[in-house]
Parts: sequence; C-alpha cells; structure tokens
Amino acid sequence: MKSARADYEVISALVREGARVLDVGCGDGALLEKLIREKRVKGRGMELSQAGVNACVTKGLAVVQGDADRDLHFFPDRSFDYVILSKTIQAVHRPGEVLAELARIGDRVIVSLPNFGHWKTRMALMFSGRMPVNPSLPSSWHETGNIHLCTVRDFAELCAGLGLMIERGVPISGGHSGSPFAKVLWRANWFAEDVVFAVTATDVAVKPAAEVVKLRA
Amino acid sequence: MSRATSPLRNWSSSGGLRTITFGDDQPLHLSSGEKLSPMTIGYETYGELAPDKSNAVLVCHALTGDQFVAGANPVTGRAGWWPRIVGPGKPIDTNRFFVICANVLGGCMGTSGPASIHPDGRPWGLRFPVFTVADMVRAQAMLVEALGISELFCVIGGSIGGMQALQWAAAYPNRVFSCVPIATAARHSAQNIAFYEVGRQAIMADPEWREGDYLFHGVRPSKGLAVARMAAHITYLSEQALHRKFDRALQEREQVSFGFDADFQVESYLRHQGQSFVDRFDANSYLYITRAVDYFDLAGDFGGALARAFKDCPARFCAFAFSSDWHYPPEGMKDAVRALIAAGCEASYVEVESDKGHDAFLLEEPAFEHALAGFIDAAAQARGLVKGTTP
Repeated sequence: MKSARADYEVISALVREGARVLDVGCGDGALLEKLIREKRVKGRGMELSQAGVNACVTKGLAVVQGDADRDLHFFPDRSFDYVILSKTIQAVHRPGEVLAELARIGDRVIVSLPNFGHWKTRMALMFSGRMPVNPSLPSSWHETGNIHLCTVRDFAELCAGLGLMIERGVPISGGHSGSPFAKVLWRANWFAEDVVFAVTATDVAVKPAAEVVKLRA
Repeated sequence: MSRATSPLRNWSSSGGLRTITFGDDQPLHLSSGEKLSPMTIGYETYGELAPDKSNAVLVCHALTGDQFVAGANPVTGRAGWWPRIVGPGKPIDTNRFFVICANVLGGCMGTSGPASIHPDGRPWGLRFPVFTVADMVRAQAMLVEALGISELFCVIGGSIGGMQALQWAAAYPNRVFSCVPIATAARHSAQNIAFYEVGRQAIMADPEWREGDYLFHGVRPSKGLAVARMAAHITYLSEQALHRKFDRALQEREQVSFGFDADFQVESYLRHQGQSFVDRFDANSYLYITRAVDYFDLAGDFGGALARAFKDCPARFCAFAFSSDWHYPPEGMKDAVRALIAAGCEASYVEVESDKGHDAFLLEEPAFEHALAGFIDAAAQARGLVKGTTP
C-alpha cells in the first residue's frame, strides 16, 4: 500500500459490494474509479475544483461541482448507502454541519482524516514551538487549507455531540492500516497518523444490526 | 390594401435550405390542444449517420439561432453559430457523430412559423397557434423519427436550446442516451418573463407591426424588433464583459455631443446588434418563441415536482452553468440538477468560472470546452462509438 492513499484501501474494504456511494471532495475521481472497479458501486461525486470536475467527467463519472459547506443540499435524505469524506473534513468551514449533512444523506459516513494527536505531531509542537509540518500535514500554517485540524478524540466528541455512533475506526501509520477500533481511542490518538472512521446515525445503526456486528468483528 | 408581398424572403423555398413537410395525415399536436398541419421543419445535418444509427446528436439552438450550427447559413451568409463546439475534431466531432440541428418551431428559417404562408395563401401572422417548448420538442421528435433514428446519442443545447434538451429527457426518456443542458433552467424566471415582455411590447408598439399583419401590408416593425433585441442582448452579457469591452469609451469622437446620438461605444454596439438582427429575423417569430419560453415550467407539467419529470430516465446528464450568467444564473441550473439527482439520474454539474455572462457558451471558454469534450467522449465510449472514425 502506498502511504499517500492508504486510506483508499481501508475505505474500499469498508464499502459493501454494489452499494450506492457518494464521494464528497472526490478530486480527480481516483477513489470512485477504484470503488467502481473493485466493488462495482454506483458512484457519485462532488468536487469543488474545475480541474477535478473536468477530470471526473472525462472519466465518465457523475460529479457535481460544489462546495461541501454549501452544496450538500443537492442530495436527498438517505439517498446513498455510504457517503465518503476522505481527507476533506479538516478543510471545510463548518465540519459539524457538514458531518450532520453527510449523515442525513447516507446510511453510513466514512471519514478519513489526519490525526493531529499523533505523538510526533505533539512532540513537534512541544519541542519546536511551531505548527507541525509532516507528510500528513505538508503545508505551513499560513498556506494550508487545513483550517479545522482535529485529533481522534476531538472527532469522536463531535460525533457524540451530533448523535452519531462510531462503528469502526481504522488507524493508518506509515502507509499501513492497523487493527480496527470502535471505543478505545487512546492508542489510535497517540499512534495513528491518519484514521478512517465509519460512523452512522444512532437510529440507523439499530436497523441493520447484522452489518454493524460484521463491521465490528 | 396592398398586395401580399413578403419583405422577408420566403426562406422555405430559398436554395440551400433542407426542409421536411408533414402533411395532413401527421399533424403536430400542440400543448394548447390545437393541431398544426401541414408543418414544415427546416434542418441541417453534418457528418454521417452510422449504419446502426447510433451516433446521432441533436443540437437545439437558442432563441434567435438557426439550424446552421457548424457551417455558413446560405440565406444570410452568416457563419455557423457554434464553430468551437461542433465540427471536425471539435468536442462534437462531425467525423464521429451525425449532427442534426433543426430550426425551432415558430422560427423563420424554413420551419413553420407566423411568417410562413398559410394554406390560404396569406402569411399566418397572429393566426399561427401559440405553442410551447414541449411542442418544439415534439416537432423535433417527428423529424428525428422521419430520419429513421430511434435513439439520439446526445441532445445538447444552450439557453432555450438547453430547455429543449431537458424537455427531450422528460418527454422521451428512452430515446436519449445523453443530455447536455447548458446555461439554462427548468423554468423561466419572473425576471426573464419581464425582459421578454419588454421586447414584445417594443415590437407591438411599433406602428408598422399592424396588429401582427405587417407581412400582408408589405411593411416590417423593424424599430420595435431592434429595441427588443437590444434589451435582450444586455441580458446576454455580464457587467464585467460590458465594462471590459466598452467601459465609457466614446464612439469615434473626443467628447460627448450634448445630444442623443450614439456617443458611447456601448450604444453604438447595441444599435448595431438591433439593426443587424432585423435583417434576419421575423418580429412575430420573436413574439411566439419568447412566449413559448415564458410558458416553460417543466415541474408544472409534472405536478409541481421536477424530479418526477426525470423519474426513471436512463440518460446520463452533464449540465453546465456560468458564474456570471444572470440571464440563466447557476442557481436555476442547480435546481434542475438537484431534481435529476433526486430522480436517481446519472447527472454531472459543471459550474464554469467566467466573466462573459450568458453568452459564455458561445465564446472561447477552455474549461467549458474541455469538460464538454470529456463528457461527450466518455459517453461515446459507453455507447460504443469509436473515436474519430468516419462511419
């Protein structure tokens, strides 16, 4: 697995065969293509950049040009099995509202994010006294689009506040995914560079119980 | 009373115009309940139809356009109106696709309209039945069927051509493989109805309009039609485009004239736009076509729910809007895309950053052209159409 898109592998493993998938912030459509190829999903995307949208339509993907902060109203309630937000939540203006919108649109929301609580990040801040710059967070503070960085615990707290349940979290470090977790956060919060979360609205979680069990297994 | 001499040339019989006439046995059933017969459609084609007839693209023209999308109009001498998009090696490659473009119902370039001659030998004038965008599309469908084509590979159009494209998908969901509405909306807004009404009133206020009977009297309401065109033309441009093009520059003079001459370049430009328009367009056609567009509200035909219009439509869509278009702003296009998505359609939406206003789709706009070419090519591959092969 390449470290750059190790989260794609994890996301692909989380998605059910033939599911309806919306990728918010789909870029050039690489993840959608992978999911269509590997999981035969019915894939849709939303992307802000002109270059990304053009690349997607050229690949025959159905994407709408839009902003996660403003344009998620394009999509009706419960119109997707999975809504994916890969390494995008830290760049939106209102992460809480965006996450709530995603949970409205999809039965399950898959979010991948860089973990600001990783020990190296903590150490870098502690010892250098500067905002950390590393492979996960490559830009300096004044140039980065990552305006809402968070830790694993922060994200879990946001989910709880929105009534969303974390069904599974998959830590990624050095380009490799680790053992999934759902409740025990401290280890991931110290040692995961990136994390992929699968979350669902609690009322939805009750219904397809079988799948929740499978995800947690 | 003067003899019935038409100051407009009788386009239908002009050399170089291809027409097809549907006789009394095939009347066009209009939304109003009336029937139009006989009905003639002026049309043009480019490229060659594949043996399996799978490569047909229908281009729908805008308010004052014509069927000469990719080549010069033999009647007016004007160049094709969409040379950047349609032609050999262009996004709609005429080496790959069979392109059809028909003069819209009510138009004045070969298709039946108020300037055509009624079976009684006099021009139709205001006796021509009022029609809708749905009727325009119904007429196109008759043409397409007459050409032996059961499914169009693509229906594409900008402005009211985009309305026709949306109408096609709603009316004939199984006869459209892909649909590209550009700079348009699924309903005409109050602001647009208002602008159209200004244009119609300008025409009808011209004494030479003669209650619509000007052709019979051998005159034309040229001043009214020119004003209508001038008002409409402003809506096609953005404020930035007007500023960039003209700002407050004076027309061939050093200072203002303290009179009502065209002091400013923008005035001179609009006057030219109005003047050149009256030479090629019929005033009553302008009334009828703008009326049809005013009536356009696709959701209204489907119980108020636009998504219902597209339910189970298997076509793939790619909708385009331009950021500075205030004639058909992106919001209106987004409403249509939202309905397409709610209907479960495969829909893309591209919002091109442009300062060229509504007319951007006719002008050089590389991001638009690139995305359109990409969408068409991907759709053609999905349809199994080989690239760049002359069938």
